[in-house]
Amino acid sequence: MTAFIIYCSLAFFLQGMPELDSTGVQSIPEIKVDYISELSNSNSDTLYILNFWATWCKPCVKELPHFEKINQNYKDKPVKVILISLDRPKLKETVLKGFIEKNRLKSTVLLLNEKDPNYFIPKISDNWQGSIPATLFLKPDRDIYNFHEKEFNYKELKNITNQLIN
Amino acid sequence: MKKTIIAFLTSVIAIAGIAQDGYKIGDRVDGFSLVNVDGKTLSLSDYNNEEGVIVIFTCNTCPYAKAYESRIMQLDVDYREKGFPVVAINSNDPKRVPGDSYENMKVRSKSKDYSFPYVYDKTQEVAHQFGAMKTPHVYLLKNNGSKGFHVSYIGAIDDSPMEKDEVDVKYLESAIQAVKEGKNPDPAITRAIGCTIKWMQ
Repeated sequence: MTAFIIYCSLAFFLQGMPELDSTGVQSIPEIKVDYISELSNSNSDTLYILNFWATWCKPCVKELPHFEKINQNYKDKPVKVILISLDRPKLKETVLKGFIEKNRLKSTVLLLNEKDPNYFIPKISDNWQGSIPATLFLKPDRDIYNFHEKEFNYKELKNITNQLIN
Repeated sequence: MKKTIIAFLTSVIAIAGIAQDGYKIGDRVDGFSLVNVDGKTLSLSDYNNEEGVIVIFTCNTCPYAKAYESRIMQLDVDYREKGFPVVAINSNDPKRVPGDSYENMKVRSKSKDYSFPYVYDKTQEVAHQFGAMKTPHVYLLKNNGSKGFHVSYIGAIDDSPMEKDEVDVKYLESAIQAVKEGKNPDPAITRAIGCTIKWMQ
């Protein structure tokens, strides 16, 4: 019964999340920080790779291709890359959308619309000092919740992904 | 062979530096001396007659630092006369971010007419000493006289980094007020988003 309720909540939560493809960018969905705990509390056996980034963050932009590559190379596996932007909501339709189009990002992009970092940072990870990029590896069915406050290269991402899906 | 040894030692020191946790609330702050944009050396001991110091790790280039710049300037205007002057420290490696070079710090300070020191942490030692991770990153120091300066608050300036018109909670100012009243700031630590300090590689 609990699982059913959680499933319904998650389904409700995720129903407004259109996939983005290369032919056009739909409106970028906004999420609150609860999105992550909802995902974590689900029974999903998917490995979610949640990357926290922003268009203005140089090290974030530099590692995006690695996440895109993971998304591409593991598309037949239960792995999903989600790029969670911390860009200003006011600039969503201009700066963020423009960036996604220009770079033809294929991974799902969500905008975290939360004002106070002191509120949302500890809700995501107590270890998070507040710098980006940061990445959360989340596999709900196995209670895997691994937060890394660092930049990744492709090899590191691949190794962690392989480790967690096997 | 010599190059290998130097490279090895550098990486050991770099790793050791990064491994340092930095200051926690209540820690005594070791003295430090850094070059200011006016060419003079600034030391923590210069502030021995103040009630405290607002140490802010910041830089020219980070969008969050830029968003906070006018608020940082206002903090010095408001609190210098109340015994809490601002000291801004740039620890970014200019090789990685040319916009944060010492020369560019001088330009910025002059063009915005900073009323506070903007000092250059060239070796990044002071950033490691404090445990600063990003910009902006605030450490409020309380002067305990012969016992030295102690860290009383760490973290964010307020609750609305990018939209200064939407600030509801002024964490740092509340902390300063608490310290002035002889109380411990609550919260003493807040989380802040920022750009990573650009460490030397």
